[in-house]
Amino acid sequence: MSENVIPRLQKEKIVEYLRKGKRLDGRGISDYREIIVERNVSKNAEASVMVRVGETEVFAGVKMEVTEPYPDSADEGTFMTTAELHPMASEQYDIGKPGIESVELARIIDRGIRESGFIDFKKLCIEEGKKVWQIFLDIVAINDDGNLLDVAGLAALIAIGSAKMPVYNKEENKIEHELTNESLPINKEAMSFNMTLHKIDSSLLLDVNKEEESVSNCRLSIAIGEFGGKLRITAMQKGKEGVITAEDMENILKIVEDKWKDMFPKVKKLVFE
Amino acid sequence: MEKAEEKMMASKKSESKTESLYTKRTDGRGFEELRPLKAKVGIVPSADGSAMFETGGTRAIAVVRGPRTLHPQHMQNPETGILRVNYGMMPFSVWERIRPGPSRRSEEISKVSEWALSSVIDLSGFPNTVVDVFIQIPQADAGTRVAGLNAAAMALAHAGIPMKEMISAIACGKMDRTLVVDVNKDEEDFEEGEGATDMPMAFTSRTKSLALLQLDGKISPEELKKAIEMGKKACEKILEVQVKALKEATGGKDE
Repeated sequence: MSENVIPRLQKEKIVEYLRKGKRLDGRGISDYREIIVERNVSKNAEASVMVRVGETEVFAGVKMEVTEPYPDSADEGTFMTTAELHPMASEQYDIGKPGIESVELARIIDRGIRESGFIDFKKLCIEEGKKVWQIFLDIVAINDDGNLLDVAGLAALIAIGSAKMPVYNKEENKIEHELTNESLPINKEAMSFNMTLHKIDSSLLLDVNKEEESVSNCRLSIAIGEFGGKLRITAMQKGKEGVITAEDMENILKIVEDKWKDMFPKVKKLVFE
Repeated sequence: MEKAEEKMMASKKSESKTESLYTKRTDGRGFEELRPLKAKVGIVPSADGSAMFETGGTRAIAVVRGPRTLHPQHMQNPETGILRVNYGMMPFSVWERIRPGPSRRSEEISKVSEWALSSVIDLSGFPNTVVDVFIQIPQADAGTRVAGLNAAAMALAHAGIPMKEMISAIACGKMDRTLVVDVNKDEEDFEEGEGATDMPMAFTSRTKSLALLQLDGKISPEELKKAIEMGKKACEKILEVQVKALKEATGGKDE
């Protein structure tokens, strides 16, 4: 049985429920599933975490290296995000070259963190033009029960937020197998958090499970942060072939703004405590 | 500091010539003592089977998906289902980051693990299908392939795949002339005297046959025989932990 082919009857059932404002698993349309966080899953990483939302499960880790800066930003550290949507997570993914789902996920998370100003890249410069820190953020999906984007995004924030700088031996130009007590240079005020909405029929849902995701033909991811006490959108990505009407957009912004107020303090707590 | 002490002790011992340079394990264990073991079945609820196996600082997770129809069709076998194993380390599982994606090392380990597990499962009741076993290592301190096999065997049993026997695996080692079980990373890197020999091995639970055996180093036939006996004994303990975890997951029902 193929997991991602949901029978048409099931789709009709999902839609029928949604028209009554209900979801098959009993959640309200903007309810997230339970979030479970397990830290330090690898003692060999600068930070590592497992995040499970419902049955969607993602590992994320941070490793650092010393490298040459890019010529156009000689005094800034570098940042690279990779995502492995492993066939372990769902049969729709293949082994080997990362598929478009992996690439898109890694790029959305990379942009969200980079563009929000969460990391102060200038403070990652060791010697201008010669040596800077490189941050590797690696994401491995173990199980995909929908909404990997938000789950991986949360895992990424927790990993970056809790990472410790390794000990750098300047004379020998090597990183010792030891961590300092120093966090990465992050700007706590500039953290934004990604939420993804799916449109099914004319309903807008947050935190879809796999079944809901497979009948949705339109999603919108929105990263929101708080800057100087004001709510600001820092990244967006519309996915799939469906369209968003002007009316949808208004509803979407209302839903995410409300939900963000509820989620943001919780996420902040997970990232900084 | 520890290393310096070790060297001092080592130089003292080497005078006698008959004794090994490796007289005390870096983590204080007895030579036949395993690291603390942990096992759990059902860690990924929506998979067909899943398990975690941990020994000291090495942790493996395994997920089983299948039996399911094998595509492309020309790869199907009308007489039996086939097993596919995919082993990989997470990029942050070791201190020196590993590039994501398959490597020559991970492909070889996948294949020897596949052979080991194929020896005990029977997929003749599932023609034209495939059973996929995915092994991932979130944290490594040597012995990842054997930890992976231990987790994979549990995950296959959890998935209800017909198995003739269980599989339990251990990495035995020889540091200079001392034989040990459940090698850790410090021991793997031991360089004095005859250096380190690494011997990952897997035993079937009933006939106690070898389902996986690899060796990397230098060892006499007598020592090898002894190492295999030590490995067999260690696997008895591992089997107990595996069976206990499976019973916990299935509510006490035996396989």
